[in-house]
Amino acid sequence: MGRYIAVRLASLLFVLLAVSLITFVLMHQVPGGPFDKGDRPLPEATRIAMERKYGLDQPLWRQYVTYLGNVVRLDFGVPNKYPNETVTSLIARTWPTTLKIGAVTIVVAYTLGILLGYFAAIRQRTAVDYSLTFIATLGIAVPNFVIAIWLILIFAVRLEWFPLRGLDNWKSYVLPVIAYALGPMALVARYTRTSLVENLRSDYVRTARAKGLGEQTVMTRHVFRNALIPLVTVILPEIPNILTGSIFIEMTFGIPGLGRFFVQSTFNRDYPMIMALVLLVAAFWGLMYLVTDILYVMLDPRIRLGR
Amino acid sequence: MMSSTSRASQSAPEQRSDAILALTGEKQVRARSNLELSARRFLRHKLAMAGLIVTLALLVLGLLAPWIAPFPYDYSNLMTANSFPSRDHLFGTDAIGRDYFSRVLFGLRTSLLVGFISVAIACAIGVPLGLLAGLGGRWGDFTVMRIVEVMTAFPGLLFAIFLVSVLGSGVQNVILVIGLTGWLTICRLTRAQLLTLREQDYVMAARSIGVSSWQIAVRHLLPNALAPLVIVITLSVPVAIFTEAGLSFLGIGINEPTPSLGKMVSDGAPYMQVYWYLGFFPTLAIALAMLGFTFLGDGLRDALDPRQG
Repeated sequence: MGRYIAVRLASLLFVLLAVSLITFVLMHQVPGGPFDKGDRPLPEATRIAMERKYGLDQPLWRQYVTYLGNVVRLDFGVPNKYPNETVTSLIARTWPTTLKIGAVTIVVAYTLGILLGYFAAIRQRTAVDYSLTFIATLGIAVPNFVIAIWLILIFAVRLEWFPLRGLDNWKSYVLPVIAYALGPMALVARYTRTSLVENLRSDYVRTARAKGLGEQTVMTRHVFRNALIPLVTVILPEIPNILTGSIFIEMTFGIPGLGRFFVQSTFNRDYPMIMALVLLVAAFWGLMYLVTDILYVMLDPRIRLGR
Repeated sequence: MMSSTSRASQSAPEQRSDAILALTGEKQVRARSNLELSARRFLRHKLAMAGLIVTLALLVLGLLAPWIAPFPYDYSNLMTANSFPSRDHLFGTDAIGRDYFSRVLFGLRTSLLVGFISVAIACAIGVPLGLLAGLGGRWGDFTVMRIVEVMTAFPGLLFAIFLVSVLGSGVQNVILVIGLTGWLTICRLTRAQLLTLREQDYVMAARSIGVSSWQIAVRHLLPNALAPLVIVITLSVPVAIFTEAGLSFLGIGINEPTPSLGKMVSDGAPYMQVYWYLGFFPTLAIALAMLGFTFLGDGLRDALDPRQG
């Protein structure tokens, strides 16, 4: 186990290195830099001085090596557009908003998803099952900003039950969370259903029923435990997606989270911000996949690690 | 994993009967009946048929947009700006008086164009790389899978945003970017199919009677890997449509005056409190396109791969 984790962490490190290199090179290939765009271009001398200050006059490879050296010391630099902050403090300031929405979304989506999947599975091939399948496909297929617009049109504009924008009280959480949760909820519901149906057909369920166990016991003690294992592989990798913020949800509802920086920093050619955000998401993802694989092995003794 | 094993066990008897039929010279009959079974399953599948009908209807609307649309998409008449849906303007007009119905039609046309061409690009990258990984031996597999791994680690949409800002916005670049980021699933599936299929008994049988590996790949592996690929390709179209709409929604996709549904949503959103139709019609078109293709793809999956449902 220890060896396996070490190998996986090494490979994750390799991936992150590759990701950072590709991003770094691509980023600097983009025409324009942080200090020569915009409505009020800086005077030539100022621009050169600024570029020297941020080390942008150095050859690319040296910039990259310097950057890596700083990252190892957990120094992600200063955002070009927000010189009064560090990248770390900017992320620390804006991420919690995204995390709050994300956490509520995760709880809602996963609980409802598992429940819906469960009802669809025990009512297989009935109207309940079909309508749940339809809702699930709707949730997976329709983009969340489309659903967000519909929710706003109905519940904020027409009925005026919830605020249009912002994030002030619990009421303002309702619409963004619904719009955001529908997709992951549908995904979880679909997998729960498939997994439960598969398990319900298996021999051990027949055995359990044959020895006279009640349906309740069969479901909770046998089926559910087995069916939820493969679900781990779906649920966990979704978490980074949700927690790193849906750009769309934050834009539609005017929520001041981390999401908007994904677009903004690319536009502003804010090199340190772009690098930090890409690495943050990639590392989060990689770690979640590792945790998923380890958890999967711990939950299901039939699976062995290693290749 | 599940799907590929079940599919493989299905095709084994089919291959055997192929061999028998080849001896009696009646190969055609068997081949057709298999397709017929799938077709019948598809026709009975209500949601799949609904998906097919919606998709075809949208395709017709998109293709014929220049002839159906009552106005050119960039014709603006400030006198009638911001008018609600009426007989003259079915979907109303936008803030500078352009007919919204015409713009939704042309936006649909853009979406479909982006969807199809970018998926074609994704296939052109994904299938050969998948073949290389599945058949190219250890080194081919290692190289391709490392590329896939690194690409996967890039947050998908973020990478697309990034690439668009490198290449610049516009229809062509958006298509290119979606193609460049969308090939991973296709590549992984092609590889997985080949890896499972090449362990099948009939492949060993073919090898043992001296069929060359090239022949095995073309005659045995590819045809059997085709059905799941068709499904994934169908399901890639809505993803591409979504990505275009998303990029345009963020303001970095298609440029004015070319209509894009995503752009229309984000342009209309600030006025939605009064002019509800500005948000409603483009989102409706996006949702219909996504749902149509998704139900179609799901139906194809059920029809071609009945054991998975």
